[in-house]
Amino acid sequence: MKRRPVNLNFATIHFPVTAWVSIAHRLSGILVFLLIPVLLWMLRESLASQERFTALVHLFSSPMVKISLWILLAALLYHWIAGIRHLLMDIHVGESKAGGKRGAWLVIVLSLIAFTLVGYWLW
Amino acid sequence: MVETATSLGRSGLQDWLIQRATALILAAYTAFLLGYLIMHPSLQYETWRALFFFQPMRYVSLLAVLSLMAHAWIGIWTVSTDYVKPVTIRFFLQAMILIALLGLLLWGIQIIWSI
Repeated sequence: MKRRPVNLNFATIHFPVTAWVSIAHRLSGILVFLLIPVLLWMLRESLASQERFTALVHLFSSPMVKISLWILLAALLYHWIAGIRHLLMDIHVGESKAGGKRGAWLVIVLSLIAFTLVGYWLW
Repeated sequence: MVETATSLGRSGLQDWLIQRATALILAAYTAFLLGYLIMHPSLQYETWRALFFFQPMRYVSLLAVLSLMAHAWIGIWTVSTDYVKPVTIRFFLQAMILIALLGLLLWGIQIIWSI
């Protein structure tokens, strides 16, 4: 049997940008999935009563909570933006090899802008 | 021989369609909620409660919660089927996730309907 070349050296394996955007889409999806209980809990607390609404708003003013919310929103926004790219590709927008690369870079740039804006909004 | 491997629908195509349809619903719902929160910087409890008390919003929220759980299930099923190779561990993991999502679905419906 012919020995096939094997490359397991992580320093030389090079992922294209489209692969990183795809992996990040999966990771952000897993993160949002894990945070569903937190999202539902926040919805319940915000609607339960005036007191619990105020307590939740107060909780959001803590810096640690703000950072956590930022991470949650960043994952959600990234998944949203990368998801829109998938939907566009389904209707044949940015489907070519070059278009896929451009779309992937666009997802990264738009996400960074969105992270900054949402961070600005939170603080 | 092609084995049928699906998560929610009866075929891979149906899963694919459900994932896209729920994606559109969730994209619209999250954009609306985030936009609403950004446009109400000093949101009061009464305003917020009135939004979710509004009957059409209840149905839309119900649809969003249903979509979220279906979307999460298909997504997590796909990723776990890709990376968790031992069949026993994968089935156990997927069963746990399915139970968790069904529980969260019931909780979500309860939150939306008890306002």
